[in-house]
Amino acid sequence: MYSAIGAGLAAIGAGIGIGLIGKGGMEAIARQPEAVNDIRNNMLIVVAFVEAVALFAVVVSLIK
Amino acid sequence: MDRGLRFFLFILLIIGLQIFISQPVMASDSNAPEAAEATHEGGDHAKEWHINDMIFGHINDANEYHLFEEVVFPLPCFLYSRTDGFTFFMSSALDHGHKAINGYVLDHGTVQKVKSSDFPTGEVSVGHITHEMKEGKEIGFVEYQGQTYELEGPSKIGQSTSFIDFSITKNVALMIIAALFLCWLFIGSANAYKKRPGQAPTGKQNLMEIFVNFIIDDVAKPMLGDKYMRFLPFLLTIFFFILALNLSGLIPFAPFGANVTGNITVTMALAIITFILVNINGNGNYWKHILWMPGLPVAMKLFMAPIEIMGIFIKPISLMIRLFANVTAGHIIIMSLVGLIFIFGNLGESIGGATAGAAIAVPFTLFMNLIEVIVGLIQAFIFTILAASYLGAATEESHH
Repeated sequence: MYSAIGAGLAAIGAGIGIGLIGKGGMEAIARQPEAVNDIRNNMLIVVAFVEAVALFAVVVSLIK
Repeated sequence: MDRGLRFFLFILLIIGLQIFISQPVMASDSNAPEAAEATHEGGDHAKEWHINDMIFGHINDANEYHLFEEVVFPLPCFLYSRTDGFTFFMSSALDHGHKAINGYVLDHGTVQKVKSSDFPTGEVSVGHITHEMKEGKEIGFVEYQGQTYELEGPSKIGQSTSFIDFSITKNVALMIIAALFLCWLFIGSANAYKKRPGQAPTGKQNLMEIFVNFIIDDVAKPMLGDKYMRFLPFLLTIFFFILALNLSGLIPFAPFGANVTGNITVTMALAIITFILVNINGNGNYWKHILWMPGLPVAMKLFMAPIEIMGIFIKPISLMIRLFANVTAGHIIIMSLVGLIFIFGNLGESIGGATAGAAIAVPFTLFMNLIEVIVGLIQAFIFTILAASYLGAATEESHH
C-alpha cells in the first residue's frame, strides 16, 4: 500500500516539474514565435529528464 | 504549419485510427481462460486477481504468442540445465501445461522447471497446475501421478533458476522481426539512392529522408560537431530500433503484441552498448574531466572525482530506467483501462454493465494509445539525443 503512496507522490513531483517546463516553453514561444522548433526540442529533452526522475520512484515502488 | 509537422500529424492520425480499430481485438484477448479460473474463487478477490493476470500477462515475456483461448502460436524453446543438458522443443509440445518434457512445464505461458530431482525425464503427461501465494510470491505446483511437485519461477531477471532459458520468446521474435523490417527499409532506400543518384527521392526514400535528416540536423550535428559521421550509424540504429519496438508494442495482435522496450533486459542491453561505446571512445580530455576536473580548486577536484566516477555508470542506468519505465507504465495504464470493461461487466455476467464500461473505457483507451504513440516517438528521440550527448562529451577536444 505504501508503494502506491510513493508512486502518487512521485506523480505530483513530475506534474509540477513538467508544468513549470511547459510554462517556460510557452512564454519563450510567445516572446519569439520563429524559434518554435528549437524551443520545442529543448523542452522535450528537459521533460524527459524530469520524467525519468519521477519514474525512478515509480520503478522502486513497482519492485517493492 | 510546416511540412514536417503536417507529416508527423498525418502519421499520428494513421496510427491512431489503426489503434482505434483494433480496440475490440485487444478487449477480447485471452480473458476466457482466466475467467474460468476466477469463477472457482468468486467475489472481489477473483476480479482483482483476474485483472492482474491479464495486465502482467501482457507486460511479461512468454514462450508462446497467445491470441485467443484456442489460437496460440508456438515458439521454439531452447533450454539448458546442468542435470538434463540441452533440451529443444516447440512450445506446442508442452500442450498448454498438460505435458512435461524433462521436467519443463508451461505455466502462464512461460516455461518453468519442476524443482525436485526425481521427476521423470522425457515426455510425460501431467495433471493440473495450481498456484499458491508464499511470502507474497506466487508459486506454481504441478500434479503428477498423485504427488504435487513445486515449480521454480520462470527464468527472468531477478530470479535464479536451475535452468538457462535461451528460447525464442515473444520479445526475441519481435526483435528479430523489427530488425528484418528495418533492414528491408534501410537497405532498400540505400540501393535506391545508389541506382538513381542525384534524382528526386521516391517510395521508401521519402520516409527515410525525413527521419534521417532530422537525426543528422537536430541530434548528430549539434552534439557531435564535425565528426558526426563516425557515430551516425549507431545513433540511427538506436533511434529506429527503439522507435520500431515502441510502436510495435502498441499493436495488439500477433506477431506485434509483445512489450519489448518495456522489458528491462532489452533496455539494459542498449544501455550497456552505449556505456561500452562511450568509454572506449573517451579521449584523454574526457577522462581528465572525470578524474581531475580542470578549473576547480584541488579540494573540489578530489570531491568531484568519486561523483563523476559514479556518473559514468549512472548515466547509462538512467537511460535504461527512463525507457523501461515510460513504456511499461503506458502499457499498464492501457491494459487497466481495457480491464475496466470487464470489471464493469462483472466478468461476463452483465451486458449492460459491460456496455457502460466500454462507453467509458474506449475513449480513454484511445486517448492513452495516442499518448503512448507520442511517448514512444519522444523516448526514442531522447535515448538517441542523450547517447549522442554522452558520445560528444567523450570525444570533445579541450577548448580553453
